[in-house]
Amino acid sequence: MDLFEAVGNTPLLSLSQLTAKTPGINVLAKAEFLNPGGSVKDRAAKSMLLDGLAKGRLKPGQTIIDATSGNTGISLAMMGAFLGCPVVLYLPANASRERKSLIKIHGAEIIETDPLESSDGAYLAVLKEVERNPDQYFFPDQYNNPANALAHYNTTALEIWEQTGGRITHFISAMGTSGTFMGTIRRLKELSPAIKGVAVEPSSPLHGIEGTKHMDSTIKPGLYDAALIDELVRISTAEAYSMAKRLARECGLLTGISSGANVAAALNYSAGLPQGSTAVTILADTGTRYLSESFWGV
Amino acid sequence: MSVTVKIPAALRAYTDGLSDLALEGQTVGQIIDALVERYPDLGPHLKDDDGQLQSFVNVFVGSKNVKNSGGILAAVPDGETLMLVPAIAGGSGDN
Repeated sequence: MDLFEAVGNTPLLSLSQLTAKTPGINVLAKAEFLNPGGSVKDRAAKSMLLDGLAKGRLKPGQTIIDATSGNTGISLAMMGAFLGCPVVLYLPANASRERKSLIKIHGAEIIETDPLESSDGAYLAVLKEVERNPDQYFFPDQYNNPANALAHYNTTALEIWEQTGGRITHFISAMGTSGTFMGTIRRLKELSPAIKGVAVEPSSPLHGIEGTKHMDSTIKPGLYDAALIDELVRISTAEAYSMAKRLARECGLLTGISSGANVAAALNYSAGLPQGSTAVTILADTGTRYLSESFWGV
Repeated sequence: MSVTVKIPAALRAYTDGLSDLALEGQTVGQIIDALVERYPDLGPHLKDDDGQLQSFVNVFVGSKNVKNSGGILAAVPDGETLMLVPAIAGGSGDN
C-alpha cells in the first residue's frame, strides 16, 4: 500500500455518548481525521493530483500551487513530497502555527496573504500568480475543480452507504470548497432520493470555524450547487468550540473546530427527526492542529 | 485621539463597504465601542452575549496582537492602526 492508497475507508463512528436526548435516532460521524494527512482534504487532494497526472496537466517535478486555509495545503504538501513535486501554498497570515509548521515540514513554501481578506484573499492572490506564469504551475483550484467533489462522489458517499447498510436518511456537513458536501450528497441522492442534504455554515460572516465559508459574504465556489441543499443549519463559533471540547472529553475524539460545528449541527437537527432516522456527519480534521487555541481551557 | 481601524472583508457589508475607518479612543475597548456605536449591526458579530469581544477575534495594535496582553484595556497611541483579525483559519493570529 502506498500513501495514496491509505486515503479513505475511514471508520463510521457512533456518537452514542452525545445522543441521550435523541433516543431512537442514530447520529454517526465519519472519522476523516484518521486519513494520513489528518483531514478529509486528503481525499480531494489525492483526486485532484491523480486527475492532473492522468490528463497530463501535472507533469513529473512540476510545482503544485493553490490557495488554502490550511488542511488542503497540508494534504498537498504531503502528497507533493510523495510525488517529488515542489508545492507553493497561499495562506491567510492568521493560519495557525501548527498548520504552517506541518506544511513546512513537508518541504512546501508558504506565501502569506492579508488576514483581513481571509481565504478569498489567498485565492485571488494565487489566481494572479498563475495568470502571470501559467506554464510554471499545476493549479488544482480546489474551489472549482470537479475532481474535488468527485472524490466524495466516488468514495465518501459509497463508504457511508455501505457502512450504514443503506439506512442513512440525512447527510449533515459544513462547506468550505463545498466539495465534501456536494460530492457526497449528490451520490447519496442518486442511491436514494429520499436522503436529505443538510448544509452547515457559520452563523456570522466573522467566525472562527476554520475551513468553512459563510456563503453569502464570500466568493461562492464553482462546486457549490444550492439545489442539493435541502436545509441549512447555522452554528456559532462558540457552539463549535463547545462541541469540540465535548467530543474530546465525552467521546475521546480529539477533532477540530469544524468537526465541532458539524456534530453540534447534527445533534441540533436530529432532535427533530422521526424515530429510526440515521444522520451522518463528518469529523473533518484532527484537533492536534489547534492545540494553541485557548478555547480548550487547558 | 484618532486611530485607523481596519475592517475585515467579512464585515464590510456592515460598514458601507469601507475597509478603513477613523475613530476616536485611547484603548481597544473604547475604539471598539465607538465602532459599534457608529455601526450598531456590527455589535453581535464582534461581541458575545455578555458584551465581551468574541473569543475568536484577535486585535492588533500596529503589528502587535494585544488579545492576551491588555485586551480591551490595551492602549492605542494616537495615529496608530487597529486591526480586527478573525481567526478564520483556526489561527491564534499571534504571528
